[in-house]
Amino acid sequence: MVQLNALAGGLFILTVFGIVGMRQMIGSLRLFVIQSLLLAGSACILGYEYTSVHLFVVAGITIFSKAFLIPWLLYHLLSHEIHARREITQVLTIPTSLLIAAGLVICSYFMVRPLLETGATAFLSVNLPIGVAGLLIGGYAITVRREALPQLLGILTMENGAFLAGVCIAPNLPLMAELAAAFDVLIIALVVGLLTRSIRKRVGTTLVGKMASLKEEE
Amino acid sequence: MTQKIVFNIMQVLVVMAFAPLIKGVLDRLKELVQSKKGPSIFQPYRDIWKLFHKDEAVSEESSWVFRFTPYMVFVAPIFVTLLIPVLTDYPLFFAFMGDMLAGGSILALGGFFATLAAIDTGNPYGPMGASRTRMVGFLAEPVFMIVFFTVSFVAGSTIPYIVQQAWITPIANFFEPSHVLVMLAFLMLIIAENGRIPVDNPSGHFELAMIDESKGLEYSGRGAALMKWGGCMKFFVLLCIFLNVLVCPWGLASTGSFRDLLLAIPLILLKMLILVFILVIIESSLSKLRLFRISEFMGAAFVTSVVAVVIQLIEM
Repeated sequence: MVQLNALAGGLFILTVFGIVGMRQMIGSLRLFVIQSLLLAGSACILGYEYTSVHLFVVAGITIFSKAFLIPWLLYHLLSHEIHARREITQVLTIPTSLLIAAGLVICSYFMVRPLLETGATAFLSVNLPIGVAGLLIGGYAITVRREALPQLLGILTMENGAFLAGVCIAPNLPLMAELAAAFDVLIIALVVGLLTRSIRKRVGTTLVGKMASLKEEE
Repeated sequence: MTQKIVFNIMQVLVVMAFAPLIKGVLDRLKELVQSKKGPSIFQPYRDIWKLFHKDEAVSEESSWVFRFTPYMVFVAPIFVTLLIPVLTDYPLFFAFMGDMLAGGSILALGGFFATLAAIDTGNPYGPMGASRTRMVGFLAEPVFMIVFFTVSFVAGSTIPYIVQQAWITPIANFFEPSHVLVMLAFLMLIIAENGRIPVDNPSGHFELAMIDESKGLEYSGRGAALMKWGGCMKFFVLLCIFLNVLVCPWGLASTGSFRDLLLAIPLILLKMLILVFILVIIESSLSKLRLFRISEFMGAAFVTSVVAVVIQLIEM
């Protein structure tokens, strides 16, 4: 069980790298789905080990909202953005980004070390650093990616990372909090999707860097 | 003692005999996926046989490097075969002659001479392909090192025979995240080192787009045969390291009896067949990357291996 959870964690961190390193929007979206499924898997394993129903519910919510609803939503709201623009532009080159992301992973392992020393279970020592790494790399993806959808995926990755760390720290989190977080994310995806759609209609691009000046000033 | 030497030589013979077969199977399967008929799986043998019976033409302007290189390319994988487990899971006679890094450096030596020979003749396409191979090579090298260091760190040894036992005892170790990541990184490495599809198209005939193939363009006759055979053996050896050291060290002969050794031959071929299936799926579902995207591919492999190291180190 510990090994399976560790495997889920290892693959999770890989998909997080993929979110930073992927050039294609549709690929990033698929990776996000896989990432969410891995998170759900980890939650299921932890739920089985801690005999906690809450974690199974968390896994269910994750699968329902992040693996089906959000991708479906984005797919329909932004189908042109996803299919027509095959390449994502970003500030730094992809190898540089990947190296920085690797640095962030190492950083997160050192960050959580004092926490782990106080009494770590085998699950904690896998989920906590990887969750924190997901959080950091998601934030990093938001800063370097120049378009709206990849930035949204960055936010969602942060959220996934926080959940991954969360399920191992607090196995009996009130269900209310989980539900609230899940719907929060859904609303974020919906709002960002709609906004992106209308920005694209007006301006023709969602490159954030080009939106520094107001349109009236032309 | 003599038995171990005999077994070691058996390994070399197996690699020499079956390396072209694996390449033939891979080519055939790829063509079948594209709904073509494809060449026979024994085509590489026929090619090599034919080339050995042809006259060799060597440019007058070339130096000894050009003539020496085919032998080097041919012999390098054979030396590596002496070091790695191909058929047995206990160390053979030459196993302690060198560790995994030695194997890597011997393979790199073959590549080094191939590069020199490509530049030697002054053919415009040779140096271009050679410099590209070097580019892929130096991007692949750190991945190679880190994968080996991770593996050695787990096993506490750099000898491949000892390393292979560490991941499967107990069996749960197989699912260690660092093991999975190392496997993935090494698979990407095999693809890059052998010029398979996301990095290079081995069946392309357009010289300007070639990476790995254009190094051998100048060779004819026996030289070409040796280069071809050496290339097949390098592929076979890398697959052997991947399968027997990293992924599934099962099905190897564990006793000293000759029967077990013979039984190990079909088993290793079966394992390779499965891996070849996976490679065919990868090659058929991806397109070739543009040249400057290769650094991204290798960057991904590098980061994968670095994460494997980090997870392994911190978990300890």
